Amino acid sequence: MSIESVTERNWWKIPMDREEVVWVTIAFIWCVFMFLMMPYWHVFGQQNLAHAAVRTTPADYMKKAEEGVAKWKVREETDQKIPVIAPPPDSDVYLVARLWSWWPILELEAGKTYRVHLMSLDWLHGFSLQPENINIEVHPGYDHTVTMTPTQKGTFAIVCNEYCGVNHHTMVSRIYVK
Amino acid sequence: MAVNRNFRTCPTTGLLFHEPAEKLMKANAVAAVVSLLAGGVLAIGVVGTRWQALHWLAPGTFYQTLTAHGLNMLVFWIIFFEIAILYFCSSTLLRSRLAAPGMAWAGFWLMVIGALVNNYAVLVRGDSSVMFTSYAPMPASPFFYLGLILFAVGALIGCFVFLGTLVVAKAERTYQGSIPLVTFGALTACIIAIFTIASGAIILIPTFLWSVGLVPQIDSLLYRQVWWAFGHSSQQINVSAHVAVWYAIAAIVFGARPMSEKVSRTAFFLYILFLQLASAHHLLADPGLTSYWKIFNTSYAMYLAVLASMVHGLTVPGAIEVAQRKKGFTNGLFEWLRKAPWGNPVFSGMFISLIGFGFLGGISGVIMGVEQINLIVHNTIYVPGHFHATVVVGTTLAFMSLTYFLIPVLFRREMAFPGLAKWQPYVFGIGMSAVSLFLMGAGTLGVPRRHWDISFAGSALPYEYPGAAWLMMALMGVTGFVAIVGGAMYLLVTVYSVFFGKRIPTPDFTYIPARANVAPAPKPVAAAITAHGESAGFAAPGTFVLAMVFMVAFVLYYFVNWKYLSTVWPLK
Repeated sequence: MSIESVTERNWWKIPMDREEVVWVTIAFIWCVFMFLMMPYWHVFGQQNLAHAAVRTTPADYMKKAEEGVAKWKVREETDQKIPVIAPPPDSDVYLVARLWSWWPILELEAGKTYRVHLMSLDWLHGFSLQPENINIEVHPGYDHTVTMTPTQKGTFAIVCNEYCGVNHHTMVSRIYVK
Repeated sequence: MAVNRNFRTCPTTGLLFHEPAEKLMKANAVAAVVSLLAGGVLAIGVVGTRWQALHWLAPGTFYQTLTAHGLNMLVFWIIFFEIAILYFCSSTLLRSRLAAPGMAWAGFWLMVIGALVNNYAVLVRGDSSVMFTSYAPMPASPFFYLGLILFAVGALIGCFVFLGTLVVAKAERTYQGSIPLVTFGALTACIIAIFTIASGAIILIPTFLWSVGLVPQIDSLLYRQVWWAFGHSSQQINVSAHVAVWYAIAAIVFGARPMSEKVSRTAFFLYILFLQLASAHHLLADPGLTSYWKIFNTSYAMYLAVLASMVHGLTVPGAIEVAQRKKGFTNGLFEWLRKAPWGNPVFSGMFISLIGFGFLGGISGVIMGVEQINLIVHNTIYVPGHFHATVVVGTTLAFMSLTYFLIPVLFRREMAFPGLAKWQPYVFGIGMSAVSLFLMGAGTLGVPRRHWDISFAGSALPYEYPGAAWLMMALMGVTGFVAIVGGAMYLLVTVYSVFFGKRIPTPDFTYIPARANVAPAPKPVAAAITAHGESAGFAAPGTFVLAMVFMVAFVLYYFVNWKYLSTVWPLK
């Protein structure tokens, strides 16, 4: 029994049952296949997260975000007068995450590509684009560049999905795609 | 120095209990169940808040409750129980005295103090609602980290007592040949635990120093990387421990022996080599780490640890099938399973644990650990859906089933409310499996985890989740309460039996000095595994069919997720 010590000598030389051989083989082939799927998707797939990130300070990052707002602001929304920016395609767009808001609101064009930078000024936050359901961790001190291409028009939400304190549930913003 | 060498033989099972080990097992098991009770009460608040129609707790209280629920369940309940299992697998199964019981008690009390200090920080001080993960730079009270550190040191002592007992048993020749497979599984868990606790110390000690102002800052990425070597690896201790428990229950209920010692032990060994890499799963959506690093680690070096779990998934039920067929249940593919003792909670709980862990927890775990697919899963409520299948349906239910065996054997009490106990694994196992499924469904629709209000009350720019997501969360609420009832049934049966159950007398109970005759007579070698390697067909064809059903489900769901991923915005 499995709860008794193994007294036969050389138990490790007893050959495997055929059933086990077949199952281990099938399982192993599947494992190798799953492993290869990840590099395959890097070459042929469209959805891969860039790992490039640079260390920076909240002040420097905020300065870049403010420059973007100064250049591309089209209007303000809500009582808090959150700026909406419409950056040109292929530009660097700086999105700020902080307790408990995203700043500014983005207005992008469908089919165009943008380098969206993500960084937190304080604690960890989570960039969760709904209803697409793209989820990226946002760190303080790491400026993370994600090159994204909106595919369809509409209003999308950015929900914070990394717990960040008592008003975590109010940390939600938008991306408009025209 | 006098060493306590008192032993008792269990008249029902023939197991040999060393008195100090027995007391330690009882103490650890009781502390585990108390933690489960605390975590279970807190679960009521969590379920009753995330079910948006109820939405009971205020945000601050909710996050506090969720933090304490996570810690009491994931850390205190499970690790106390695992220490009891380690002592059982070493002292009892090897028929040996426990090494250094005094140290073991010191470890136990450190764990108790650690658990209390941590709960004090979260529940009484209320300044440490930082979740189980306590991601820096979100600060918690120094008591929070201190409690965890004390608990971890206590658990580490428990691990070394286990290793010491293996040495004692070997030196005093209390067993012949190689240690039992179940002990081997416990040893795997112990080795992973030592790695885990070391990682915990590397990150929690600096974080503690940071919380008292002695360290200027903690890098958030470094914290996540090292913390998960502790946080995820601690779940791998559970996997090894509950797989060992599955083998133990197969042996206890059916007298099953492993189909092949070699295969099962190799699978455990693969856990030691590769499971820890899984901590990288948590960093797939993080900046600053290369894809090479992510792919190698998250595939556990080509999924070799997943392979190990798939092997256990075949060999545990396979061992049961072989044992049942020997008893004459040979008709068709599944007579062995149909005629299994489904009314015995020791078996039914273990089998539901096996199926739930494999089909729900295992498949979802591998899929969300794929580097790219993680983008559509990360930090959604899919993640709690996954780990409620692995750590609750898998580990907790396996430990619950083992308890039903331990009540008469270890505590020497008759099980109270046998009717309730008979249904408990079904209510708890099926309720919790449904919770997992509905959480995964809601997560697929983007619902975030650790979130007080998916209607975003008080936000200027609220987002409206699809109706299906709300429905999933409501169904999670209903089935969550079913699971809580199942947990309460377990607590009622266990606590009542242990404290008020009818005592089972141990006839002719005398302490036997170890030197007298502790080592059992060597078993005749004739009982060797003769049936193996000879069978022309499959030894366990029914199990093989089940394994193929699993494989088909796995492959289909894997590709469904790739398909879903391919429809979201292109990212580079």
